[in-house]
Amino acid sequence: MSASTEILLIAIVTAVACAIPGVFLVLRQMAMMSDAISHTVLLGIVLGFFAFQSLDSPWLIPAAAIMGVITVFLVEMFVNTRLVKEDAAIGIVFPALFSIAVILISRYASGVHLDSDAVLLGQLEFAFFDRSQLFGLDIAHALKVMGIILILNVILLLLFYKELKISTFDAGLAAALGFSPVLIHYGLMMMVSITAVGAFDAVGSILVVALMIAPAATGWLFTDRLDRMLIYAVVAAVLSAVGGFAMAIWFDTNMGGSMATMCGVVFIIALLTAPDRGLIAVALRRMRQRWEFSQTMLAIHLLNHEGTDAEEDECRVDHLWEHLRWQPDFAEQVIRYAEGHGVVRRQRGILNLTDEGRAIAEKAMVR
Amino acid sequence: MDLFLELFTDYTLRTVALGTAVLGIVSGALGTYAVLRRQSLLGDAMSHAALPGVVLAFIITGSREPLVLLIGAGIAGIIGTLFMLLITRYTRIREDSALGIILSVFFGFGLILLQVVERLGLPNRAGLNVFLFGQAATLLFRDVVLMAIISLLVISIVILFWKEFKLLSFDSDFGASIGFNMVWLDILLISLLVVAIVIGLQAVGVVLMSAMIVAPAAAARQWTDSLSIMMILSAIFGAISGISGAIISSTGAGLSTGPVVVLVISTIVLFSVLFATKRGVVWSWYSRLRRQRMLILESVLNNMLKLAEQHDDPTHPHALVVLEAMNHGQGGVKNTLSELIKRGWVVQIDPTHFSLTAAGIEEAETFLLQNN
Repeated sequence: MSASTEILLIAIVTAVACAIPGVFLVLRQMAMMSDAISHTVLLGIVLGFFAFQSLDSPWLIPAAAIMGVITVFLVEMFVNTRLVKEDAAIGIVFPALFSIAVILISRYASGVHLDSDAVLLGQLEFAFFDRSQLFGLDIAHALKVMGIILILNVILLLLFYKELKISTFDAGLAAALGFSPVLIHYGLMMMVSITAVGAFDAVGSILVVALMIAPAATGWLFTDRLDRMLIYAVVAAVLSAVGGFAMAIWFDTNMGGSMATMCGVVFIIALLTAPDRGLIAVALRRMRQRWEFSQTMLAIHLLNHEGTDAEEDECRVDHLWEHLRWQPDFAEQVIRYAEGHGVVRRQRGILNLTDEGRAIAEKAMVR
Repeated sequence: MDLFLELFTDYTLRTVALGTAVLGIVSGALGTYAVLRRQSLLGDAMSHAALPGVVLAFIITGSREPLVLLIGAGIAGIIGTLFMLLITRYTRIREDSALGIILSVFFGFGLILLQVVERLGLPNRAGLNVFLFGQAATLLFRDVVLMAIISLLVISIVILFWKEFKLLSFDSDFGASIGFNMVWLDILLISLLVVAIVIGLQAVGVVLMSAMIVAPAAAARQWTDSLSIMMILSAIFGAISGISGAIISSTGAGLSTGPVVVLVISTIVLFSVLFATKRGVVWSWYSRLRRQRMLILESVLNNMLKLAEQHDDPTHPHALVVLEAMNHGQGGVKNTLSELIKRGWVVQIDPTHFSLTAAGIEEAETFLLQNN
């Protein structure tokens, strides 16, 4: 495998592995927990380094993941005192743990290769040089780690899909049915932590947040169903990874940075163009509703005065705007819109309802 | 003592301490609103979102002047904020996800821009480190003066819009109904927060700036229910942690100012949550204990009065087992009796019998009166 294929593969695997737990974070309104966890795992790595005296120890990942779960636990302990709200609790706990990590590194581990900015930013570009063995195959270490994490995430997702779904949308029901929401919650947090630790080798801890949250949020713009949201999130993750890779090659820039940027670009495109929920669809719907409402108003007005003595005055095209208290231009546009839809007809300066228009007005008034 | 002397004689320490103190005051004051409005993590997101602004300002002007970089950071932060408001207002995506996306995507974009700077042959790695972790030691006296002037401006605006911001924080709908433009007030307040964040970046860096916004205010909240007192306390906590952080980090190698400041303020939070009067964990545990004891005290006294009424002699001694049975077997009767004896309301006749004193009868009757 060539270096660039392998890096692209690492990028895709990492993005997909992050997107899966990300979907549940977004749905549970816990997106910022990923930010907190991705910072505090640094403390786990430092402590793990002190315990095992090596940066290559396979135990560093569990150590860091446990620190992520401890972070969640501490935040919840704060919240349970009811003295601090959840957002503030997150904002206090993770900088404190991160500070301890930074101080420990600079005081006791400054000689080793444990830069806090390498942890924050990641170095996917150099992932190729760190080789590893798997079933006799010589592959990049990051690919092996992220591949295992991805498979783990998929297995856990399939095994606990029902439990995750029910506890995400109705924690009370889950508890009543005998699934422990607390257990599922901490299980999910463990999944997030392990994924964050594995991924920040590749993309750095701040960009892990982009990979977890942006594709999931993108998926949510397209559907109401959890299974489809997961699929769309994975598609968005792959697009972001491939796009980020291409961008990094073309502009010769930082891989993590361009992947995060592409996550944002994919999200913005979805935000604008998603059917039903995208900004353009929302704006169009609002506009159409405005026209349709005005057209109904017009039809009701005409129906009210149809066949009365005042018809000559009330239904005159040039005077309509006064009666309906519209701006003259707007009235003209509404009339044209209504004409276009076969609701009204002009006859010698007077506006008449068609049969269809009469039906619209009557239906609106009966309601 | 020498440390405090150095505070006045050592130029670097004095500058750093002044800088972190100013930062603590302004972020503490603005953080009050962030914490009350449950927007604590906005600070975190906006400090990350400032990176592309800083780098772009540098690329465009070629200047490393703090003021130029601050303006760039501020603009990027405000754009990030508006973007977040757009997402949360018009889609179902909620604030936490919107913040996460803005935080990481802006930051990622900033990293790319940094590489552009590198390509231009300008040194940047150090610059990025300063942005991430802060480097209080690089503060010059004129930087501190600039920080102080901007802080003063920010705080005057807060005072000027005091009642509007109060309305926004506690009852925004009411504010809108009496004719204030709440959307603009919201944007103004968040912009002030962004300014406060941006002036702290050089001293403590992105990651730790969020703690400087949240922690002083969260600590202050424990001691008071009044907005003005909370804000003053929060500013004081911020200043204390800034100054003591600067002093502590000057004592040891490898202790950079930012993390130390954050640990100091975190300690203040922990102390406040545990020991604050009225709200603190220890305080409420103690007052619950006292209430519980008072309740048993009253009920035992009451029971003794009821028993005494069965006899001609109100000071007739009663058996311990009877009193325990009357207290529904909840226990603690023996301890309560010794407390009553200490207060002179009960005397012990023999090892198992107790009787009310005259004072005890009076006390029991007033309790009864109060309860009916």
